[in-house]
Amino acid sequence: MNSVEHTDVVVIGSGFGGAIPAYHLAAGGARVVVLERGPHLAADEYEHDFKLGSSYTRIFDFVVGDGMSVLGGNCVGGGSVVYFAAMPRAPRFVFERRGSIHRRMWPASITRDTLEPWYDRVAEAIPITRQGWEDVSYAGGLWAAACHHAGRTANPVPAAVDTTACVNCNWMMAGCRFDAKQSLLFNYLPAAVAHGAEIRPLHEVQSITGTGDGGYRVHYKTVHDEDYRLTTGEGSIDAKVVVLAAGSAATPVILQRSEAALGPMPHAVGRYFSGNGERLNTAVLNEDRVREVLGLDRGDGLAYAANQIGKGPTVANWDRLDGSLPEYTRYSLEQLYFPPGLGTILALAGGTDPTWFGLDKKEMLRHWRSWLIIFQMIEDDNEGVFGPPPARGNADRISQQMLGVGRLSYKPTANTLGAWALADAECKDILERDGLATVTPWTNDLVGAYTVHPLASCRIGDDPHTSALDDLHELRGHPGIFVTDGSAVPGALTVNPAMTISALAERAVPGIVRAAQERGVRVTYGAPAPDGSTAGRRATAPLVPTLLRD
Amino acid sequence: MLDETSRVTLEAFADTIVPGNRRSPQDLAVAGMSPTGGAVAAGAVELLEWDATGLTDGLDDYARSLNGHAHAHADQHGLLVDDDVPAFAGLPFEERTALVRVLTAPGHPEKSLWVLLALFCYMAYDSAAHLHTADAVAAGHPGLTAMGLARPDADGLWRFPAWSYGRPLARPRPDTTASGSPA
Ligand SMILES: Cc1cc2nc3c(=O)[nH]c(=O)nc-3n(C[C@H](O)[C@H](O)[C@H](O)COP(=O)(O)OP(=O)(O)OC[C@H]3O[C@@H](n4cnc5c(N)ncnc54)[C@H](O)[C@@H]3O)c2cc1C
Repeated sequence: MNSVEHTDVVVIGSGFGGAIPAYHLAAGGARVVVLERGPHLAADEYEHDFKLGSSYTRIFDFVVGDGMSVLGGNCVGGGSVVYFAAMPRAPRFVFERRGSIHRRMWPASITRDTLEPWYDRVAEAIPITRQGWEDVSYAGGLWAAACHHAGRTANPVPAAVDTTACVNCNWMMAGCRFDAKQSLLFNYLPAAVAHGAEIRPLHEVQSITGTGDGGYRVHYKTVHDEDYRLTTGEGSIDAKVVVLAAGSAATPVILQRSEAALGPMPHAVGRYFSGNGERLNTAVLNEDRVREVLGLDRGDGLAYAANQIGKGPTVANWDRLDGSLPEYTRYSLEQLYFPPGLGTILALAGGTDPTWFGLDKKEMLRHWRSWLIIFQMIEDDNEGVFGPPPARGNADRISQQMLGVGRLSYKPTANTLGAWALADAECKDILERDGLATVTPWTNDLVGAYTVHPLASCRIGDDPHTSALDDLHELRGHPGIFVTDGSAVPGALTVNPAMTISALAERAVPGIVRAAQERGVRVTYGAPAPDGSTAGRRATAPLVPTLLRD
Repeated sequence: MLDETSRVTLEAFADTIVPGNRRSPQDLAVAGMSPTGGAVAAGAVELLEWDATGLTDGLDDYARSLNGHAHAHADQHGLLVDDDVPAFAGLPFEERTALVRVLTAPGHPEKSLWVLLALFCYMAYDSAAHLHTADAVAAGHPGLTAMGLARPDADGLWRFPAWSYGRPLARPRPDTTASGSPA
């Protein structure tokens, strides 16, 4: 029998929500252990390879639910290793949203203005570049030109990419081989380790129990490094404070499984899930029309044919991010690259059924290089609900890596369907103009909707009935457990979420430090940015007292 | 290893998903609807037979079940089935297609199983998930070749020295902050 280990703080998950508190708590002097279910890969292990078992399948995770499938990171660094690094801040109106509860979803204390200094702290820690047109990929350029032709604006998207190191390989989802993507492996995580935090890969947390003295015991299984269906052992570790940041598809599951031991969870745990309103449209471009109508030319005889080239999303249309428009009619349309493999099946050939398989679809695939993928982020209705947890982790794993079946159910409401229909129509309007392309939305009929931006399954808020966490991210009724990942975000953001998840995590840290102090941990708040910069700390210092409970 | 009946049945399924050209005039599984290689030539059965997919142990059941559905489909539509061949492979291409549509339609109780099988057939074609991508491209893998996947550099990594039109192509939205975010 193992003797139980003790530490001050256990952080569950090493993505944005985990890495940021792990750094600040370690830098402040706490003993921090980070338990991460995925492996820890070095840069030269990031392969350009779709073969099962390469980094592409080792470091991310695809969980199929009923009506919604979720794609996320599964490695040290979490989503930051597999993501496309678009890092916009959320528009002002988002914080005023009312959503399905018909009153303000966000806590009164959080607005774009009050979050701004925390966004700035993140921007100081993670280098985010305001991309210029010279950084914009052919696909982004094409989207911009099409928007312009249709009388719209288009913005290069701020990104955490070192454009001088980027080779535009477009393998971002397999991890960045060239150290261009500024993932958490370059800032918060190494800084946390430098301050003594311990990161344990292949440790999958199953549940949390109480220790009887106000502390918590975190129970994990260790996972086989190649076949994630297998476990290699188990253990537990005691902590005075737990920071839960396993991501929106996993955090509520851990809490659900802990309910038997910890007592009732807030009603909102595992409810109000949002897919950030995501939906993809695929345009197949007519190369001649791209040349004639948009005047585009790569200089090598090709007008476009560059789907494979580039670096994720580089240009977005933000015309509909207008706070004066009614809720559910505001959205962004962002150019995206989605590699073949999991997604191609969902692209629909126009014409007669079958449109997702068969001869017409094969013909559509022949034009793959001329595809342009447009990513919509609408305001959905937080309609996702998690059923009872599976035996282990947050899914029954099917393949040795990557593929599992989870318990999330998502039945889009008329609001969500209406918003998608509006955004679909606008994609068509912009891209089918003057014969530029044929555009079809991805089908929801096969695996339901699909998100890489899961949110809100354990959200913050002022109302205990519709939020699992208070505005300091502490789990209602379970003092000392904090949730700082995407699950805390109350609802869809209409833009990519990582920047907002990170700003909220930064904002939550002072309260977590205070809770640790109250439990006898010798820890202080006030670390600079991971590289030692202090401007962000100075700007947020006046706000810190407002984030402490007396 | 799959027995002959299961192999032919699963090949016929894969060929319905991404149709290809016949390997020989007697090819039973591949209906020959397309002039270039489809999911079968791309290696769908090799991928399915690899236990990394998690489907391997169930393949014979898949084949049995598919042939059961094919018999029922034939009965229902008054089609003749040749008892010497696996029933699904014995259906004409249009009927295989019709049956796959039924099995994968919203509300069908086995839908998720058939979508999963189709997903791996796709992955064989569009990403050659059982092969190193660079090797597959070099060997002229039918799916990756048809899609026009570029060849990697000599070290097996992709780099694109030209990636951008390099000039402003739209006006940015006026309501944009200095750091490039929506205001
Ligand atoms: C392909 C892709 C592209 C994306 N592109 C963008 C983009 O361009 N811009 C943007 O803003 N966002 C993007 N995202 C989304 C972004 O990555 C997520 O919103 C963000 O990573 C969420 O942060 P998080 O802290 O909530 O969770 P994560 O970053 O997902 O971290 C959760 C961590 O917890 C681990 N974990 C899960 N369960 C357990 C357990 N039981 N025990 C221990 N550890 C566990 C996971 O392995 C993971 O490492 C993208 C996502 C994907 C998948």
